[in-house]
Amino acid sequence: MNDSMNFSLITSEIFLLIALCVIMIVDLFQRDKERKLTFTLTQLSLFVLFVLGFNDLNAPKEIAFNGHWIADQLAVVLKLAIYTITFIALFYARAFINHRSLMRGEYYLLTLFAVLGMMIMVSGNSFLTIYLGLELLSLSLYALIALQRDSKLASESAVKYFVMGGLASGFLLYGISLVYGATGSIIISSVSDYYATNQVNLISQFGLVFIVIGLAFKFGAVPFHMWLPDIYHGSPSSITAFIASVPKIAAFGMLIRLLVEAFGQFISDWSEMILIVALLSVAFGNVIALAQRNLKRLLAYSAIAHVGYFLLGVVPGTDASYSAAMYYIIVYALMTLAGFGIVIFMSTDKNEYQQITDLQGLGKYHPWYGLMFSVVMVSMAGIPPFIGFWPKLEIFRHLIINGFVLEAIIAIAFSVVGLFYYLQVIKEMFFAETNESPAITSSRSLKIAISINCLLLIMLGIMPDSIYQYCLSAFGLIS
Amino acid sequence: MIGLSDYLLLSAILFAISVAGIIINRKNVITLLMCIELMLLAVNTNFIAFSHFLEDTAGQVFVFFILTVAAAEAAIGLAIIVVLFRNRATIDVEQLNQLKG
Repeated sequence: MNDSMNFSLITSEIFLLIALCVIMIVDLFQRDKERKLTFTLTQLSLFVLFVLGFNDLNAPKEIAFNGHWIADQLAVVLKLAIYTITFIALFYARAFINHRSLMRGEYYLLTLFAVLGMMIMVSGNSFLTIYLGLELLSLSLYALIALQRDSKLASESAVKYFVMGGLASGFLLYGISLVYGATGSIIISSVSDYYATNQVNLISQFGLVFIVIGLAFKFGAVPFHMWLPDIYHGSPSSITAFIASVPKIAAFGMLIRLLVEAFGQFISDWSEMILIVALLSVAFGNVIALAQRNLKRLLAYSAIAHVGYFLLGVVPGTDASYSAAMYYIIVYALMTLAGFGIVIFMSTDKNEYQQITDLQGLGKYHPWYGLMFSVVMVSMAGIPPFIGFWPKLEIFRHLIINGFVLEAIIAIAFSVVGLFYYLQVIKEMFFAETNESPAITSSRSLKIAISINCLLLIMLGIMPDSIYQYCLSAFGLIS
Repeated sequence: MIGLSDYLLLSAILFAISVAGIIINRKNVITLLMCIELMLLAVNTNFIAFSHFLEDTAGQVFVFFILTVAAAEAAIGLAIIVVLFRNRATIDVEQLNQLKG
């Protein structure tokens, strides 16, 4: 039923909210500098959420709360990915913030609030729910970046993120208000019903343009990318690792709900806009990354390029291509987490960000980590048999099947350009002449976490189906 | 009689002013904050106008939520500006230039 108040559909969200309140109060009474209990409880609640979500797999699609909430396979799979990656990201974060002024319980709480926002985003079936989830996510992230109060760079990037995030929400909302005016509803299914029976009018198209711009802002796709490198560079590395990976997955959910489910009839209109944005991102991201000497900025520009590839997966507009795009974004989140894991790993107590040249000698003196980081880089470059290759292959396959041959060729060409700067990092690690051994001061748990993350990339690369089948099931292509 | 299109025109003008303010403004971060608020108010105008002429309350409910979120956003924005000011003793937009490349 559409108007039922079926609370069983939002068990996970209610659980997380209660857990958050409990953790907040527990954190208040802790004297422990390291906040072990807060950390344990946070990870425990993520684990419980994972179990709850896992039970919901293959549940039938249901819409509740007057159409504002949807529980379907897409939402469940995306949520599982969100929990898992947040879980790993918090392990990195713990090692990173331990010796810094960041060591506060709020770090974990804000992360959990962001997770709650993302859960609402991917399950929202109305513009209102999606907007509220998005704002909960964004507001937590602004605060999270500004948490490092004594850092000039962090506060600058917090201001930039805040202004750009506000601008993006403004565009999105303006588009939504126009669509509401055209259709008379804020429920996504009613909007798509309206367009199925009525002619497309100018005001909806106008609104759609604004929605696409808002989404492109959130993804950081060219030409709305200018904030992204600055934010990635200025934020504390563990927070960069989080904002670069998990929110992208939630944003994918938002994109599917807004563009595909609400504007399915408009596909020819928005897929053209997305195509332009995607090709520009692939070209710009890869080319500008060539000039970067700072590893965080390099990863930021490579993020722009990856968003471009991912958006190319949305362009053909078939369910199979959406699941390929979903596969891409989940794999990308895992890879970028490992990528910023390197930055966290190489950070010493005093200084934080790393020039690429700081990796010199790593292959000679710490061959294991050199190998691990090389795996991350070649995965990102998309070399078989590593995991980064398979989603790219799927996306290009769907582009070619649906007749976007020229676009696929352009994207592949720029992918070769991208190979250059990824391999440059490996070159610095293994082939640069140096007698200095890079200092590694990270804790043992971080060493284990990064090894597991990188080994996961190899393992998933050997068994590419393991994630892909969930992505296919999210769009009902396999049961 | 003021028609729907008049309201839409007003909100479009407000929206354009706020976007221009964010892009052109080189002086003060507080102005940026005001522009973001103005942007949300432009959206609210749109929603209320549509809601009135469609005789549908959903738009007005949406406006309440936007107002609430805008208040929270302003609080966080001002807090971030305080952090910025304590670090740099200025909130000049032109001085936000340490991150480049």
